[in-house]
Amino acid sequence: MRFRPGASGLALLAVCSLTLAACSAGSLGSSDDAGGSGAVEITYLTTNQDQDVKEAEQLAKDFHAKNPDITVKVETRPGGTEGDNIIKTRLSTGDMVDIFNYNTGSLFNAIAPQKNLLSVNDEPWVKDLDENFKKTVTADGQVYGAPLGGFMGGAVLYSIPVYQKLGLKVPTTWAEFMANNAKIKAGDPGVAPVIQTYGETWTSQLFVLGDFHNVSAAEPDFADKYTKNEAKYATSPAAVKGFEHTQAVHDAGYENKDFASAKLPDGLKMLATGKGAHYPILSGVVANMIATYPDAAKTVGLFALPGDDASKNGLTLWTPGGLYIPKTTEGAKLDAAKKFQAFVASPDGCKSQSAAGAPTGPYAVKGCTLPDDVPQAIKDMQPYLDKPGGSSLALEFLSPVKGPSLEQITVEVGSGIRKAKDGAARYDEDVKKQAQQLGLAGW
Amino acid sequence: MTVTSAHPQDRVDSTPAAKAAGGKVYTPYSFWFYLPTAVIYAVLFLVPTFASFYYSLTRWSLFESKFIGLDNFVTFFQEPALVKGFTNTLIYAVVTSGSKVVLGLLLAVLLTSRIIGRGYLRSVVFFPVLVSTVGVGLLFQVLMNPERGIINGALGVLGIDGPGWLTDPKWALMSIAAVDVWKGVGLATLIYIAGIVSIPREYMEAARVDGAGSWESFRRIVLPLCKPATVTVIILSLIGGLRSFELIWAMTRGGPGFTSDVISSVIYKQYQAGFYGLSTAGNVILFVVVTAIILPLSWFLNRKEVDM
Amino acid sequence: MSTAELVNHRPGRSYLLSAVAIVSSIVVFIIPFAFIVLTAVKDRQQSADLDFSWPHQFHFVQNFVDVVKARDYMLVIAFINSTILTVASVAGMVVLAAMAGFVLQRRKSRWNGFINFLVLSGLIIPPAVVPTIWVLQKLGLFKTMPGLILIEIAFGLSFCILLFRAFVATIPRELDEAAIIDGAGPLRLFFRVIFPLLRSVIITVVVVQSVNVFNDFVNPLYFLPGDKNATVQLTLYNFSGQFSTQYNLLFMDILLITIPPLIMFLFFNRQIVAGMTSGAVKG
Repeated sequence: MRFRPGASGLALLAVCSLTLAACSAGSLGSSDDAGGSGAVEITYLTTNQDQDVKEAEQLAKDFHAKNPDITVKVETRPGGTEGDNIIKTRLSTGDMVDIFNYNTGSLFNAIAPQKNLLSVNDEPWVKDLDENFKKTVTADGQVYGAPLGGFMGGAVLYSIPVYQKLGLKVPTTWAEFMANNAKIKAGDPGVAPVIQTYGETWTSQLFVLGDFHNVSAAEPDFADKYTKNEAKYATSPAAVKGFEHTQAVHDAGYENKDFASAKLPDGLKMLATGKGAHYPILSGVVANMIATYPDAAKTVGLFALPGDDASKNGLTLWTPGGLYIPKTTEGAKLDAAKKFQAFVASPDGCKSQSAAGAPTGPYAVKGCTLPDDVPQAIKDMQPYLDKPGGSSLALEFLSPVKGPSLEQITVEVGSGIRKAKDGAARYDEDVKKQAQQLGLAGW
Repeated sequence: MTVTSAHPQDRVDSTPAAKAAGGKVYTPYSFWFYLPTAVIYAVLFLVPTFASFYYSLTRWSLFESKFIGLDNFVTFFQEPALVKGFTNTLIYAVVTSGSKVVLGLLLAVLLTSRIIGRGYLRSVVFFPVLVSTVGVGLLFQVLMNPERGIINGALGVLGIDGPGWLTDPKWALMSIAAVDVWKGVGLATLIYIAGIVSIPREYMEAARVDGAGSWESFRRIVLPLCKPATVTVIILSLIGGLRSFELIWAMTRGGPGFTSDVISSVIYKQYQAGFYGLSTAGNVILFVVVTAIILPLSWFLNRKEVDM
Repeated sequence: MSTAELVNHRPGRSYLLSAVAIVSSIVVFIIPFAFIVLTAVKDRQQSADLDFSWPHQFHFVQNFVDVVKARDYMLVIAFINSTILTVASVAGMVVLAAMAGFVLQRRKSRWNGFINFLVLSGLIIPPAVVPTIWVLQKLGLFKTMPGLILIEIAFGLSFCILLFRAFVATIPRELDEAAIIDGAGPLRLFFRVIFPLLRSVIITVVVVQSVNVFNDFVNPLYFLPGDKNATVQLTLYNFSGQFSTQYNLLFMDILLITIPPLIMFLFFNRQIVAGMTSGAVKG
């Protein structure tokens, strides 16, 4: 079996490469249908996650319907830390697109907003923003971003059918939670009490990060002290609980069998099909789950990560993403980008986002309401938000200090490679390095 | 690879052109042949590299930098993952380059012998080189899945309970090394094949006249005369192994936890975290380490190179 | 008859060895490839099982269309970009590196040690991304195809020079001398006499570097950003997020972007074999 493409093959190849070399790159399939005078095209950069792309394209479409002169072209980048680097590289080299989506809180501060972003302080829509959100896109008293998407809860998604079948009650303390797990394990060996998906490492952090409401309920000044290098995960009895919980679930054998290799879609599948009972995760994944398993809108509920004290139990919140305009956007494109930003931060923008997929939680814009058919898991967030002191922002929105290796450490703790206490201490080391690199005082 | 074969170069003095002694010697080997290469290389590689050496001494957020002396190097050496990463790097580099040398040579001998389906075998051994690292990473993540992957499925049929290739701390690094060899052995084989066919035919004929057997010919002729190929394979795969990153990142991202971290992945994680000065310092350290291993080795290997 | 065949000069072929080689090649190399193909033609549900099974239904056309159409025909643009990038940068690398490798091997000077060190450094030092972007911006080449081509050339030169230098060493110096006596200047000596003799190593370099450049994703990611500039590996990178639950489309993409290197290899495979049987360096 030897392959001999003949002379004709050679000629074909040569002709092909000649024609290809002659035409310039990227002139194919792009949508420049917005002809005519005054037409502007702006580029919007978002992450390549399925749901984000859908949402961006829906926004672009609805915005174009209202502003026929402006076309929004969606471009994607990888998410996670790889995305962080692309954003930073493009900003620092003056090569950012006209408008882009990026995190709020500590990551927002890391892209030097004062230097790179356009302040939106004077825009009329800023007064309609949620105060909590506004804080996370503010630097030196200037607001820089519009909210994209809704608040997210870092919580436990649970299978309602499993709970009904075994007659379980939503837990408000860790002891109740573990008791439920024991019953699930005994009641049905085919159901994993706790779903863990270390094939995607970020999903391993929720026992720690999602526990922050309980930490701050027990130690109200933890975030402040943490920033000042006075409080540590390993030495704070409340904060170390998150690591201990991660280990406890592994030690008791409550994880799904393939926890080490499973990925987020596997976890969502288990939860939606009732093969797993609890999944500690961000409520942002609900839309994705419902796109694949429509029934999960009714069969999956949510409760906050349980702590020690039932009366203080509450939900840890992540704020929506931010929509920012870099200083490099100019002229007609700048005006168009501002209009797009204002559109996203308006009730019409929220509607457009809800049309693209199930919302992740309440919006941060006044006048935005959730549609009636929101999934059960998102509905379950509302009581926590309505109750005074029933929710708090995650630590990363209250303190610039956040170590980069937490997800590897929680994988180790949750896989039995490292003990909880040791993991917490290792994370404190990691945090120290980050604080030093940020040049924070007191480190 | 500092100075290549000594013998032909000694003869440079005996060329007619070079005999016009003293002052400016006419040579057909004009220095300006270097020029285009040198310009591109200097502008796009050396200048940025030297700039980054400076940044390794700073705390650098891409937006601003502050000179902090050697602090980054101190921090980097305190990095708890580094010791693990360091031993992993050495193990990985030695295992992959050793396997590539041995398997590459064996395959090359096999594929230059009278074997049925030689063309097919040559193609198929080289095939993995053609697939992108990201693609190979995705493919083997699926094949090595402990519960559903076909590797453990096949072992299960044989009654063996396969481990979690990429999820068990004991196996992760070796599994990646195996995939690396799978992907890279085709290239080593190709270099060896090229080396074997460039052996002057007379040598083999002479050996045959002297009545040497296959093994004799292999040991006395192929092995020593393939030395340049061996040197190339060792140097390339060792450098590749010491610097290897893409495959490890595509398959485990250094996990589970930190168990398959190598120096490059530790560096990349610093880079990802936005610690640009620190990660550049890591690059300088990696450069020094690799140079410290490769330079003496390449000098040693080349010094003993046989002349043809 | 290649020289190497003389190693095994015993008459007849070893059928046992051949059988073992072919069977193991199927297990080790063909099955993973077959897995890619099978998964690429499955429907979404079945592909999620990740097993090695015959597809219930063949969705080749549908999956193909889905992948090609995704993100505004990004894959088509990517194929055009990658082809231009690969052809131009590999051509540049081969000529430049052959010239440099030739002089480096032939001419002994006190700079050789230093030059060799630089060549090795190119292999050893990981490129610094941000300073490189600054340089490109100063030159007005950032975000342009020529800029990326030069980058690929710069990063690929070391490997090529190393190979060329090693193979120039196997070309008898007498050839140079004969050409010089015939009155050939440096250029003619190199392009007329030496370059044609480098054929087998040129093929090696072309095959290896085309694959490297075609499969590179880090450099295009940083030095030629933007969807309209996407290269094929970036589509895989983009799709692996977007298609995280659609293994059929992911593997279809892997399959499609593996075909061009495969065709190129099959095309040159014959050249390699031909180059070998004619006795590569016998002149």
